[in-house]
Amino acid sequence: MKRIFAMGEAVIAISVGVIVLLGYFIDIPAISIFRIILFKWAVILAGVAVLIGMWNLFSNHLKKIREWKPDSFYSFTLLFFMLLTIMASFSPALQPLQSGLLNGIMVPVEISLLAVLSVTLLLASLRLLQVRRDLASILFMATTLLVLLGMGSWPYIGQLPIISTWVRSFVTNVLAVGGARGILIGVALGTLTTGLRIFFGVDRPYGGK
Amino acid sequence: MNLTGLIGLGFVAFSAICLAIFAVAQHRAPFTFRKIPAFSRIQHSVRLLVENGSRLHFSLGNASMLGTDGASALVGLALLRRLGEITSLGDRPPIATTGNAVLNLLAQDTLRAAHNAVMPEDPFDMTNARLTGFTPFSYAAGVMASTQKENISSSVLIGNFGSEVGLLAEAASSQGVTVISASDNLIAQAVLYVTSSDMLVGEELFAAGAYNQAGSAHAASLIVQDVLRWLIILALLAGAGLKLAGLL
Repeated sequence: MKRIFAMGEAVIAISVGVIVLLGYFIDIPAISIFRIILFKWAVILAGVAVLIGMWNLFSNHLKKIREWKPDSFYSFTLLFFMLLTIMASFSPALQPLQSGLLNGIMVPVEISLLAVLSVTLLLASLRLLQVRRDLASILFMATTLLVLLGMGSWPYIGQLPIISTWVRSFVTNVLAVGGARGILIGVALGTLTTGLRIFFGVDRPYGGK
Repeated sequence: MNLTGLIGLGFVAFSAICLAIFAVAQHRAPFTFRKIPAFSRIQHSVRLLVENGSRLHFSLGNASMLGTDGASALVGLALLRRLGEITSLGDRPPIATTGNAVLNLLAQDTLRAAHNAVMPEDPFDMTNARLTGFTPFSYAAGVMASTQKENISSSVLIGNFGSEVGLLAEAASSQGVTVISASDNLIAQAVLYVTSSDMLVGEELFAAGAYNQAGSAHAASLIVQDVLRWLIILALLAGAGLKLAGLL
């Protein structure tokens, strides 16, 4: 029975994959319409998954509170604001509270984390040459410094003559773009073969294989 | 049907045929690949954590499974399945964190399958796969909070991340955790280059399955990628040549 279910899952996944793929490349109205319907179903299922995800987040933190771990206070705060936000989204009278929670807490906290990240990256960059002393690291640091030098408008001198005009432009528009395209082509090919493995039913993340 | 669509479909069909041929060839005579230090480190870390009773943390990022960035998460899931089976035998089962609801469901299912493959009689704890946040930074903050005091010795960050992955890698490194990371996102790759000791660059991410004995199809897909890459290089060179000759 289990094997029949697993096969059924694979047949559905592969059939949907074939329709979506053909609909993407071939302009046949019947396939295109069916492809859009399948996408709509996928969006609805993703919406349901968000609800399940919320429950997962809720139950994880509830478990922490029950176990009374030292950091349970954070879990309690999270659950309190989670419930408050859900309540605010259902009641029109509490709509201003929802935007207040978003703009007053969520956005500033995320911006603060971004600021922490910039300091973290600066420190990590300074440590890079201690940890990994190879040509790639030296090149990475030299390029970063060169681009930073070329970006800024410096006191008294303004922009640096050759670095700001020619070097920075060459590094960012020629070398970096070329390298990025190379990496992206590699990633695209990897994406294609990953998709094909799922298409053939070799990888089945949906059935735990 | 337009010409671009036809070429695209032909390219996919050609890749599929190559994949099937190389998968059969891999069965007969296994391919050998160059050594990638990050994969050796993964295998070493996994062996160590089974011995010393610590835990593996697997972060799959926040890829949307409805977009193209989902491929990196699928690679992560394949690796999670493989490493999940090995580490489920230890005292502490692995934990997976995600920043996307659909991905979290897949991570739960994958961890459960890995657990059931080695310990079918023991119940599986569904909270081992955790959705820690819905936005990139809340996800990162949630991962940092939920992996503290879990006795983690290795952290594998594979999937679609943004710059927030720097916080994850740095937080793990500061706790003495071995960090192995890979992402399909260019910004994340640059950030990981300075914050992570072992990282996979570019398409090396898609070699995860092949280097961890996930099956012949994974090894075959690496060869297909190489074949396609050479075809693209030849096409680019031919295009440049034709342009120089004034024929394009």
